[in-house]
Amino acid sequence: MVRFLSRRIVSMILAIFVVITLTFFLMNLVPGGPFNTEKLSPKAAAILENKYGLNQPLLKQYTDYLGDLLRGDLGVSIKKVGYTVNELIAEKFPVSASVGGIAICIAVILGIPAGVIAAMKRNTVIDRIIMFICTLGVSVPSFIVATLLLYVFGIKLAILPTMRLNSAASYIMPAVALSLSPLCYITRLTRSSMMEAMEQDYIKTAQAKGLSRLTVIGKHALRNSVIPVITYLGPLTAAILTGGFVVENIFSIPGLGKYFVESISNRDYPMIMGTTIFFALLLLVLNFIVDLLYKVVDPRIKY
Amino acid sequence: MTKTPLLTINDLHVSFFTPAGEVKAVNGLSYTLGEKEVLGIVGESGSGKSVSAYALMRILQHPGKVTGGSIDFAGKAINTLSEKEMQVIRGKDMAMIFQDPMTSLNPVFTIGSQLRETIMKHTDLNRAQATARAIEMLEQVGINNPEHRIKQYPHELSGGMRQRIMIAMAMSCKPKLLIADEPTTALDVTIQAQIMDLMNTLRNETDSSIIMITHDLGVISEICDNVLIMYGGRVVEYGNVDDIFYRSAHPYTKGLLNCLPRLDDDEDIMLTPIEGTPVDLMELPKGCTFAARCDSCMRICLKQSPPEFILDEESNHVVSCWLHTVPKGGEYNE
Amino acid sequence: MKMNSDNFDKTLTKILKYTKPFSIRLAPDDMLSVPPEERQSDVTLRPPSTYWKDVFRRFSRNKVAIVSLIVIILIALFAFVGPYFSPYNYAQQIRGSERLSPCFAHPFGTDALGRDMLVRVMIGTRLSLTIGVFCAAIVLLVGSIYGAISGYYGGMTDNIMMRIADVIYSLPTVLVIIILQISLDQPLRELFPNSRLGTSVISIFIAFALVYWVDMARMVRSQVLLLKQNEYVTAAKAMGASDTRIISRHLIPNSIATITVSALFQVPTAIFLEAFLSFLGLGPSAPMASLGSLASSALSGIQSYPYQLFFPALFICLLVLAFNQFGDGLRDAIDPRMKN
Repeated sequence: MVRFLSRRIVSMILAIFVVITLTFFLMNLVPGGPFNTEKLSPKAAAILENKYGLNQPLLKQYTDYLGDLLRGDLGVSIKKVGYTVNELIAEKFPVSASVGGIAICIAVILGIPAGVIAAMKRNTVIDRIIMFICTLGVSVPSFIVATLLLYVFGIKLAILPTMRLNSAASYIMPAVALSLSPLCYITRLTRSSMMEAMEQDYIKTAQAKGLSRLTVIGKHALRNSVIPVITYLGPLTAAILTGGFVVENIFSIPGLGKYFVESISNRDYPMIMGTTIFFALLLLVLNFIVDLLYKVVDPRIKY
Repeated sequence: MTKTPLLTINDLHVSFFTPAGEVKAVNGLSYTLGEKEVLGIVGESGSGKSVSAYALMRILQHPGKVTGGSIDFAGKAINTLSEKEMQVIRGKDMAMIFQDPMTSLNPVFTIGSQLRETIMKHTDLNRAQATARAIEMLEQVGINNPEHRIKQYPHELSGGMRQRIMIAMAMSCKPKLLIADEPTTALDVTIQAQIMDLMNTLRNETDSSIIMITHDLGVISEICDNVLIMYGGRVVEYGNVDDIFYRSAHPYTKGLLNCLPRLDDDEDIMLTPIEGTPVDLMELPKGCTFAARCDSCMRICLKQSPPEFILDEESNHVVSCWLHTVPKGGEYNE
Repeated sequence: MKMNSDNFDKTLTKILKYTKPFSIRLAPDDMLSVPPEERQSDVTLRPPSTYWKDVFRRFSRNKVAIVSLIVIILIALFAFVGPYFSPYNYAQQIRGSERLSPCFAHPFGTDALGRDMLVRVMIGTRLSLTIGVFCAAIVLLVGSIYGAISGYYGGMTDNIMMRIADVIYSLPTVLVIIILQISLDQPLRELFPNSRLGTSVISIFIAFALVYWVDMARMVRSQVLLLKQNEYVTAAKAMGASDTRIISRHLIPNSIATITVSALFQVPTAIFLEAFLSFLGLGPSAPMASLGSLASSALSGIQSYPYQLFFPALFICLLVLAFNQFGDGLRDAIDPRMKN
């Protein structure tokens, strides 16, 4: 177990390191700093560059940055003067997390039962309907779903709010848009792993023991079929995180994703870098937790 | 023997309705089983032996269905009971152990929890009492250190131990009938011997009847009182263990016995297999199912399926073969 | 006791076990033995079939997969041949015809600059499809070579190569692609100043090549490892074939089927990704359009002109759906499992 932990942590550090380095050098590949868009006198530009350390040799900038990172300092936003990157992330991330969290819950809480029902009633009308919806759902990108929802419920029917997160109702459309594709994927995954589980010998044993159908399905089969779904949780969080970039844009939600996209067009380097590193770290940590969870659910896994 | 038998199966028919057609797995199976009796059911793959057991416990997988016949167990008509009523019987009065101990135990639950499950379902014991009983059962089947074992997971144990645990699980509620579906096939020879020892002990020390399903005649000779030989979903011969081994009447039985290499054979003797391939269960011949592979095949064998002829009323030795239309002591004029 | 037909019958009814009454008239003829040749009932044997014929047969039974294939072909025709039938050019701005709803002259309507949407959707589909196929091809190429080499050489080479792949795999792909895209924008502009596609498209190719090949490499590697144990390799080595010859002639062709399907599934991923990036503003530069950028620009006018969004969105969904279903069907045809 210790070996596994140490190996994992090392590879996580390695990955983050690659991300930081990659991001840093790529960002600086772009000629012209963040101030070209403004009409500045050379003198003013020089002062700004000095202030943000942009005129120093690249390698020094890099090592300085690494040093700052180790202290947890992600730098200062160039565009939003007076705010540090840390502050901005701390302000905006909870917003994204709330919508994203709800989306994950919807996907898992609805997806697994739907998959079980489809598997138990396989080849009946219910199964075919569920599978049909899921096949469609997996093929429609979240931003398309978002725009469609916006149009139908927000504009045409005007029953749901289309902007920001002022009320509970305003969470509905963004969360649904983010969760639809993963929901359908989880349903399909659960269905196929349930069908596989039900073919296994231990199900015959459970039946031969005289256990009720509910116990056989809900305890013996389900516990085994949830395992692949847990493996999917990693990519799931990544999908919801990146999906958030666009969905937040569409619904004008002041989350970190939307801000990230803005900083890209603004060329707010510290912000771009800081957010990228934050997201990367978040995903790595979440994946790590998922792998630990996997071990809890499936005792056969040995690390 | 006028005691009511524990189990009476009468003219059982089981089919699988697959997309490719109807597979007739069992075609008219009848036998009785008394208390404390050990019946061996022998047959090759596809003979219908396992399917008949699943039908008996009513755990047939889709698309299998019982298409005819009746099953009477301990005074109850099994095919008329509701699912809920069956659930009371399964595990308590009737228990089953399966072929592959590697996959028959649920990998994500501990041994203890799986043992407790049966016990708590069929008795009034609480969790602590059930655990105690589980430990007791494990001791009875010869597992050492049971208090430690019950916290372990199936993958941490060897095949032999897992099969013992399956037996423990099956016997934990003192069933009247234990069905063992090829319990030693997936184990290696030394472990087989241990399991057979265990089963012999069970047979002597408990009141359960046992149905031993196998294709291994060695296993049959060790433990069974009576033997039922199946081919193509039908009974071809039935009798007590001596009749079958020393006075086998059906060409198939004789063929099976001949297949076995003997310790005292010369090394370079050719093994004698039974020629031909198993019968196609989707296109059952109208004559005897074994006709195509039978060296003594007669015209009538191709035309009509033989009924069961009694060879010996006392020992209840029965054979389903046209060769035995001659009664004992008679001659035949060709 | 001598048997004749009379007491033969009687004897029969007496000794039977059947509870149902059973009687049959047996003639002495019936008891004649049958020679071996006549014992078998008709056994029909299926004619042997080759692997590819089986695959084709299984595939043709799958209606959904066939329909998907047809849809893909139709959309491809629409995208590549369609524009030649249109009187308009995709960049052509028709003054006075701005923001028209679908009508006879403009079946998909026009956009804010008066450009015919039908031809723009066709061109957009063309671009999206091209991007999809190209990216899949890149992934196939890079992944296969990497995986084959790693798998074939094994040992330390394999170890190192797989470690590198693991690190790349653990990177958050979309983030990396975004960063790559932004940063490659300028340099690419300088390299390809007159590119009609726009630098973002080229940078998608590069980004895909750098990031998405890992799954393919792993799959190819596992196929190679499987095949390494095969007799083929022993035989070829015995004939003195060099290492490269073994890799290219024997190992890769054998895994074609599985790898092809895997590559096929890259197409919808790439189309998805391209649409996503367009929505972020990282799409092709005007006036060139992809389905994603069309959908993205339609967003601002969605209240009044929903049709501008509808058609590009529809085509994105159709493409992704069709490729997914086709890929599923192909995979089932190649590697059937008992499905009930």
